[in-house]
Amino acid sequence: MSETATEREIMEYDVIIVGAGPAGLACAIRLKQLKPDLMVAVIEKSAEIGAHILSGAVIEPAALDELLPAWRESPPPICIPVERDEIALLTATSKRKLPTPPQQKNHGNFIVSLGALCAWMAPQAEALGVDIFPGYAAAGVHYLQNGAVGGVIIGDMGVDRQGNPKDTYMQGIEIHAPLTVMAEGCRGHLSKQLITKFKLDADSDPQAYGIGIKELWQVAPGKCKPGLVQHSIGWPLDTKTYGGSFIYHMDKDRVAVGFVCALDYSDPEFSPFEAFQQFKHHPSVKPLFEGGEILSGGARTIIEGGAQSLPKVEMPGALLIGDAAGLLNLPKIKGTHQAIRSGMLAASHIAEGSTAEGFDETLRASPIMKELHKVRNIRPGFNKGLWRGLITAAIETVTVGKLPRTLHNHADYSSLTKLQDMEPVDRPWVKRSLAPRDRLASVYFAATDHDEDQLVHLQILEPDVCITRCGEEYGHPCTRFCPANVYEMVTDQMTEEGGSTANQHLQINAANCVHCKTCDIKDPYQIINWVTPEGGSGPNYQNL
Amino acid sequence: MKILVGIKRVVDYNVRIRVRSDGSGIDTDGVKMSINPFDEIALEEALRIREAGLAEEVIVVSLGGNECQQQLRTGLAMGADRAIQIDTDADLQPLTIARAFFKIVEKEQPGLVLMGKQAIDGDNSQTGQMLAALWDRPQATFASGLSLSGNTATVVREVDAGLETIEVDLPAVVSVDLRLNEPRFVKLPDIMKAKRKPLDVISMDDLGVTAENDLKVSHYAPPPKREKGIMVEDAAQLVAELRNRGLV
Amino acid sequence: MSRTLIIAEHDGQDLNPSTAKCASCASAIGQEYDIVVMGSAVADIAKQAAAIDGAGAVIAIDAEQLSKPLAVSHAAEVVTMADGYSHILGPSTTYGRDLMPRIAALLGVNQVSDISAVEGPHHFKRPIYAGNAIVDIQAPESVKMVATVRVASWKALESTGSATIEERSAAASASSHTRYVDLQSGGGERPDLQIANRVISGGRALASKDNFDLIYSLADLIGAGAGASRAAVDAGYCPNDMQVGQTGKIIAPDLYIAFGISGAIQHITGIKDAGTIVAVNKDADAPIFEVADIGLAADLFSVIPEMKQLLA
Repeated sequence: MSETATEREIMEYDVIIVGAGPAGLACAIRLKQLKPDLMVAVIEKSAEIGAHILSGAVIEPAALDELLPAWRESPPPICIPVERDEIALLTATSKRKLPTPPQQKNHGNFIVSLGALCAWMAPQAEALGVDIFPGYAAAGVHYLQNGAVGGVIIGDMGVDRQGNPKDTYMQGIEIHAPLTVMAEGCRGHLSKQLITKFKLDADSDPQAYGIGIKELWQVAPGKCKPGLVQHSIGWPLDTKTYGGSFIYHMDKDRVAVGFVCALDYSDPEFSPFEAFQQFKHHPSVKPLFEGGEILSGGARTIIEGGAQSLPKVEMPGALLIGDAAGLLNLPKIKGTHQAIRSGMLAASHIAEGSTAEGFDETLRASPIMKELHKVRNIRPGFNKGLWRGLITAAIETVTVGKLPRTLHNHADYSSLTKLQDMEPVDRPWVKRSLAPRDRLASVYFAATDHDEDQLVHLQILEPDVCITRCGEEYGHPCTRFCPANVYEMVTDQMTEEGGSTANQHLQINAANCVHCKTCDIKDPYQIINWVTPEGGSGPNYQNL
Repeated sequence: MKILVGIKRVVDYNVRIRVRSDGSGIDTDGVKMSINPFDEIALEEALRIREAGLAEEVIVVSLGGNECQQQLRTGLAMGADRAIQIDTDADLQPLTIARAFFKIVEKEQPGLVLMGKQAIDGDNSQTGQMLAALWDRPQATFASGLSLSGNTATVVREVDAGLETIEVDLPAVVSVDLRLNEPRFVKLPDIMKAKRKPLDVISMDDLGVTAENDLKVSHYAPPPKREKGIMVEDAAQLVAELRNRGLV
Repeated sequence: MSRTLIIAEHDGQDLNPSTAKCASCASAIGQEYDIVVMGSAVADIAKQAAAIDGAGAVIAIDAEQLSKPLAVSHAAEVVTMADGYSHILGPSTTYGRDLMPRIAALLGVNQVSDISAVEGPHHFKRPIYAGNAIVDIQAPESVKMVATVRVASWKALESTGSATIEERSAAASASSHTRYVDLQSGGGERPDLQIANRVISGGRALASKDNFDLIYSLADLIGAGAGASRAAVDAGYCPNDMQVGQTGKIIAPDLYIAFGISGAIQHITGIKDAGTIVAVNKDADAPIFEVADIGLAADLFSVIPEMKQLLA
């Protein structure tokens, strides 16, 4: 296709940052603060900054204080000081309050929309001279002759479903830079390539992930208690599955509600989306949303592996920061401060030495890593179920992670149990009444938009496996783990002479995709490859 | 010849429109804003005319606060030569907008003015026609085909009855419909070039235009919800019901 | 001068139904109204206009320069007679949308587009954002009111009257800078989705490209356009340009019949202004039944052939 076309146009920068999330923007801002003459560009696949960002989010402000000391004078548009914390254990019908673990005490923290926060950071970066390009997706890595990373290749635009150029075809350019900073967030598709190519994960545990599904609601007047932060564990997850909920009360009767579930769950019939919707119908939760309406919604995977799964974060010519590296502090349920700090750390590393070399060591010696080290055993502690996990969490918390042991993570895709080995699961799901009715309706609130006449960006590497093996062994879990109804098994009627036959095929509704990356992670055969669609495609999250 | 293209900053066509619960307006908090898609088509057409050697300069014009500079810059990145922002914070109505445009027209003396057939927010479909009236020049609305020859433009118009072709002498105002063309993508280096292209800011006061006898919008409401109707038992009942209602 | 003038629309032969719909809006405003018919040899059309219930007078202006629906000449003519009227209404058709703003600008007044309801002589409702919001608009009483009437919102008034017809020649001079060339009408094929009065749509349940012939045959039988849900388009059962909904076409036919379409919100967004929605779906719980005026929970593969028989 485009490889045979004319040579790509090239733009040159000193540093190219992939992804305008908190890590990428913090890195850009810090770079210009330290070295105003550096030419820094940030590219972002979403049409607008923040439109692909989805997070809780309660943030610790210390990192922001450091990066933008005056930020409290003109705070981001959604920024509500936390007033009160609640954590509860749910059963199908009851709710019991639990003592708040120290990691989850949020005094001094703020409830924000991370999307709005990024949209607020971007102009501050631009004011410092950073070039930010939303709507342009880094589709490939530009490698130098010596094998080092030399920049990125922007995806071509105006290519049809079959791969042919349309009238509007525009070849993507190359952006060359001595240093590329990967800040794509969880399971970045280029970061994934680089981790494999440079074997960055050779010495670390497999990465562990979760899926977070979130909705922003306008609740009926009087129900929202600004500053209230509520978390729960337990129902609707069984004790074998790690996860929980959050409800953050913001201003103007707006409430963010979400559900996070580890992707190492074992039941192929499980649907994280349905679990989230069931949570909303818990008797202690449902009244909050009755009479309200959804403003926006979506999903995004979360990187949960922590210290043991952290790959090497440097390679010739490039660095990994933020969730692209995997710096989220899961027990705190916070990654933003880690992302910002890692972006700043990468910036000072680059400003000092103009090289990627040594960044891995610098990061591992930093407070960012200390924080992860302390809590390293909490997530794998839950591999043995909720109760053992809670005990491990308590021990690790009391000992501040000082016990000389490190529990290990396993790969999420390998955790599904085959249907024939499954014991029947009883899920007392209730009939739902709150919006959204189903995943398609949910996608509507994500305002996701892809030109349908473009290459399908969810590549199935071995399509036969889907119909045959996966169908028999797991019953097509992609049709359930995807929160956006991208994957469907469709039965076609083939009318031929002498009668008609029915034929099953996997239908990929790529236009529904909200770029969460669950499929890339959870597919048991690892044959779904998420690549970036045309720049500017994807969800258009509003204040998520 | 100069071509003047009017572009408006609007809530992106893909954004779900939500009326604020107090009826005071549309919730635009944190929503994506874009060039009105019809205006983008108008600009694309202007650029193609220039690229065909039939015009020398394409000027994009927008009315609004500084935020509309974002859309003007996008227009420049698409290929417009320069931009004019008519600076105003007021929510103006088409007649006032047309008057302001007319002032620019008098100054720039374009051979052609292009704009979208309507903006997807207010759905008024008035500004182009009003400008043509004030200017006392031809108008060709809802264009899905446009060709220039000498001092004449031949315009194919998408009208209810089909495709109507008219000929107008230039200068003229042409408002464009969806099927005229498909706008180009912006090339990344062109975004950088656009930053260096001229963008002039003129205030409404300097143009000497003030709004008068404005229409007042007093309340916004979501559209009424459709209600569940009746269920019929079989095809015969269905056809009978359709006949009953005069639908078949 | 509390009197309304309606600009009649016609094709040279017949009065367009939009005129009687404007009359409906004019009577809601509550003033007497006249109708102006512009064209050449318009005597018959003027008679049709004179029959609209409640019309005060019909002014038939016969002039070569008015023979084609060119806004520039029609607007100039209307302006010459505007003095006698407080309100000037035209239809929200392409003719009215082309013409009325030119009249308003020549008169130096703002225009209200797409009146969907009348709350008072100077207080109206109209849709914005493609019908996603309805606004109340108050026009100043001190100046003339120029507006287009959203034809889909108004029922045509009956034609049982006989108003007086006043014939006269044009008062405005001809303009030479705009010339009419021709009109190519859609022709006898299946009507375009976006302008069809009736639309038959199919969904994933059709299960194959061949089965979509059922949709086409029923559509052709009743002169309807043919549409599809995104699921059906994505499955490759029909071409992309048939897609109705958020990312496809947004349509407002008088009759919309959906076969085997579940009714995702994305699809409903594209038909929410349809006159009557009919849904046929095997699944009695399909969301489309919640918005359908007439629902039938049955298998489309038996319903369509039966309907064809009954309608043939």
